[in-house]
Amino acid sequence: MPTREEIFQKVTDVMVDALGVDPDQVTMDAALVRDLGAESIDFLDIVFRLEKAFNIKIPREELFPENLAADPRFVKDGVLTADGLAALKNRLRFAETAEFEKEPKVSAIADLFTVGLIVRYLETKVA
Amino acid sequence: MRWFHVDRFEVLEKNKYARAVKCSTLGEDHLQDHFEGFPIVPSALIIESMAQTAGVLAGFTYDFAKNVILAKVEKAEFPIMVRPGDKMVIEAWIDEIKPEGCWTHSRITVDGRVAAAASIIFVHLEDALPESFVFTDTLLGLLKTSGVI
Repeated sequence: MPTREEIFQKVTDVMVDALGVDPDQVTMDAALVRDLGAESIDFLDIVFRLEKAFNIKIPREELFPENLAADPRFVKDGVLTADGLAALKNRLRFAETAEFEKEPKVSAIADLFTVGLIVRYLETKVA
Repeated sequence: MRWFHVDRFEVLEKNKYARAVKCSTLGEDHLQDHFEGFPIVPSALIIESMAQTAGVLAGFTYDFAKNVILAKVEKAEFPIMVRPGDKMVIEAWIDEIKPEGCWTHSRITVDGRVAAAASIIFVHLEDALPESFVFTDTLLGLLKTSGVI
């Protein structure tokens, strides 16, 4: 079973190839969109490259679930409700949400998709 | 596809490989000023030829039931210039294809010399669209005329 560091190194290689970033930019806390400049298509490409790098299959929406705030019952004034937050945490099990929960703005959901999320997800897949 | 930068498809193997040709001619408008007195086919149009060939291959793999959209071009290389009178042989291979997208690599040769190479990623739009705006009747007619479908 690969160590977290070994997984992180492979994920770094994937980010460098998929996003054209420098290895130094890839940290556990780096958000894919905010810090690494990922666009929507890049998420699809990253999944493809992770599958190749780790020789695994990643079912659609398992790593990067979509429409996390699409249900109008889960959002009020641009902020997730308690039910919305619970639903998000259920679907984003590998995200670190402690800071986000203090002010769960819909506009900040993208910041939860970090390199660390990917590494923690992969730890369960390659165990 | 609203216009073509491929003249003819010669091989179309579902989920695998395509080969097409495009002949560059001085009659094409863009060669009049790219560049004046020194016409060469713009790299963007060379990519378009590879994207059309690979995109049709991806579409054919799903029996043209999905709209295939160019999403990302990676590592494009243009070792030699393509000039008027050159015949580009465009080849495309599928690396991976899924319901949501397709990863391909392509190559163009002129007289056996590699003129361009690129990796191109496509996304497949949901089937909910009422009709294909990518694989139009005109395009499908071209493919039938070529005898590859």
